[in-house]
Amino acid sequence: MRGVRSVDEVGADERAASLAKRSIKKTSKLWALDLAVRCMDLTTLEGSDTPGKVAALCAKGMRPKPGDPTIPSVAAICVYPARVADAVEHLRGSHVHVASVATAFPSGQSFLSIKVAETEDAVRAGADEIDMVIDRGAFLSGDYQRVYDEIVAVKEACGKAHLKVILETGELGTYDAVRRASILAMAAGADFIKTSTGKVQPAATLPVSLVMMEAIRDFVRETGRPVGFKAAGGIRTSKQAIAYCVLIYETLGSDWMTPERFRLGASTLLNDVLMQIDKERTGVYQSGDYFTID
Amino acid sequence: MAITKKQSAELAKQVFEYAPAPEAIDHVHIASTYGLFIGGKMVEPHSKMRFPTINPATEKKLAEVSEADAVDVDRAVKSASRAFESWSHLAPSKRARYLFRISRLIQERARELAVVETMDGGKPIKESRDVDIPLAAAHFFYYAGWADKLEWAFPNRKPRPLGVAGQVIPWNFPLLMLAWKIAPALASGNTVVLKPAETTPLSAMVFAEICMQAELPPGVVNIVTGAGKTGSLLVEHPGVKKVAFTGSTEVGKVIQRTLAGSGKKLTLELGGKAANIVFEDAPLDQAVEGIVNGIYFNQGHVCCAGSRLLVQESIAEPLMEKLKRRLSTLRLGDPLDKNTDIGAINSRAQLEKIQGLVESGIEEGAELYQPECRLPERGFWFPPTLFTNVSQSYRIAREEIFGPVLSVLTFRTPAEAVEKANNTPYGLSAGVWTDKGSRILWMAERLRAGVVWANTFNRFDPTSPFGGYKESGFGREGGIHGLAAYLDLN
Repeated sequence: MRGVRSVDEVGADERAASLAKRSIKKTSKLWALDLAVRCMDLTTLEGSDTPGKVAALCAKGMRPKPGDPTIPSVAAICVYPARVADAVEHLRGSHVHVASVATAFPSGQSFLSIKVAETEDAVRAGADEIDMVIDRGAFLSGDYQRVYDEIVAVKEACGKAHLKVILETGELGTYDAVRRASILAMAAGADFIKTSTGKVQPAATLPVSLVMMEAIRDFVRETGRPVGFKAAGGIRTSKQAIAYCVLIYETLGSDWMTPERFRLGASTLLNDVLMQIDKERTGVYQSGDYFTID
Repeated sequence: MAITKKQSAELAKQVFEYAPAPEAIDHVHIASTYGLFIGGKMVEPHSKMRFPTINPATEKKLAEVSEADAVDVDRAVKSASRAFESWSHLAPSKRARYLFRISRLIQERARELAVVETMDGGKPIKESRDVDIPLAAAHFFYYAGWADKLEWAFPNRKPRPLGVAGQVIPWNFPLLMLAWKIAPALASGNTVVLKPAETTPLSAMVFAEICMQAELPPGVVNIVTGAGKTGSLLVEHPGVKKVAFTGSTEVGKVIQRTLAGSGKKLTLELGGKAANIVFEDAPLDQAVEGIVNGIYFNQGHVCCAGSRLLVQESIAEPLMEKLKRRLSTLRLGDPLDKNTDIGAINSRAQLEKIQGLVESGIEEGAELYQPECRLPERGFWFPPTLFTNVSQSYRIAREEIFGPVLSVLTFRTPAEAVEKANNTPYGLSAGVWTDKGSRILWMAERLRAGVVWANTFNRFDPTSPFGGYKESGFGREGGIHGLAAYLDLN
């Protein structure tokens, strides 16, 4: 793992900043906003989540703007394992996936047997996507083998469910570590690598995402197996969402601009995107009251 | 309805072509004709001669500027000589005040200057907006700070200004080169006559307006436009005490010959053929960005461009693959579009020079790579170009191309890298890419280049001296060193 190529922090920051300056207008802006909706993992991860809250979120995810069929549904609803059954029930008949966080989210500081069992239970309850966290304690102490083995075990427990591996980049400290963790997770079988839990600051940033995307690019070159990318945490505005679209477009190319390979995890982004879509279409901003809160 | 993966990817290809995002130009006023800036105002040229300046991206005429003859140049130098008397005796803190004011005005008029620079020179608006103009303002700001601290800059010396500085600048960074020349000259108490390049005179004309707005005393800055003839009249004028030239090595040599024995102080910043050296432990993705920034920035119209890429053989293959992929994402086109990465070649003459050298590369046996890239029908354009299988002896590895053309060579050991990097008549800049700090220092000690960048390229700052070895010229611009060129320290 220590042989993984290094990342120059200044250079990565600079590249991400220069891509953030791309000026996305008119048709390309509408297209990027539409993609942002299609690739969104609409998320609620609170201690206060109830069946009612999850039901509301599912309704919003399936029809983000009631009465406007041109707005697509989101990619997935992301909840805690205990709420998976609620989500499955309310999403029945739709194409929206059910994603569940697992493996002692968000810290990952628990026993492997529990992590595996939690994953199996979530899948059994109907989750077809699992967002696991890596054991940062093990990673930062240099026990890469343990991190790897855990991902392999969880992947196995997933069965057919897709596995997203959360690196929690805000706790890893350097881009070198982010790159190393990305390669490790992909080698262990991750279908997606994901930046953050959303519970730690800083969460997703553009340079961290760039470093992960570049790791994906190298991994695909070596193995031929495409791996998806998910940014999560702190993405609240359309402008940010578009910046991620640009980043993935120029780093991994248009093959990655699909919900199968690109996700944005967010709880409050959706309404801003809907508002911006309306603004592009009509030329004026609508009041917040025209967008449902859930 | 859900869209299938394939449809979605297809859609991405079709629609996610960035829609045009042109910078507005309606706030910019370009006059139909310009005079000469002499004695604090715009005056009609004695020569009565004018020549057009065009937009290289469209070949459309933007304005007509004056061609200064011997009488015009003489007037400008005399005006500068008169102004020198009072300017050199002005309280240094007051000189600083004018420079700060100019810096502020450049910032205030930054959008306008960026658009003018892009229209007249062909460089992408994102570069003139984010690099040229902010750096030009920073230079005035930096040297303003030195104006009243010259004796601290050179302890135990008695720094005195030289007199009238005759300055001739190139077309690749018109306003920035103007700032590099004028800011240290004025800060040290000199007055100047500046000649901008004939293909890019317009930002200097806006700068003349800024001098008037700043109420700079008449004659402290004079700007005469024209071609090579006007330039030689200026540097040969007996009233000029100091000559500063940035441009081609060819012209630099002529100037040096002409000035021999004249007692005029001279600094030359000339061509380059910089080596960008990538070691096997380098952060490759960032190195690719640095290589791209090194040679394709400003269409390669950069004297310190990293035009020779030296790659350690063990990583040549993956690096080339990454580099080629990256080239295919470069966006060439309308320089005023905010998403354009590569703009227009500055002039037809320059385009022909690039084409000629590229043909020589093919003939000599190098392997050409150009990404698929549609060139606009009008204007001067050249696609980003990469040559592999290049030998040290090829013309494309020895001569300055001054275009978006990169020659790739390989090396096996650090010693070989140093040897190849130094094996050139030039010595302006170099780049070293490695994760190993000690190797950076080892290389920097041995590279015969005025600037050595480590894990970055084409990074400029007013506080940092810039200049060359060998045929890249002598003297330094920027930093304290830049002041020394405009002062008598004996």
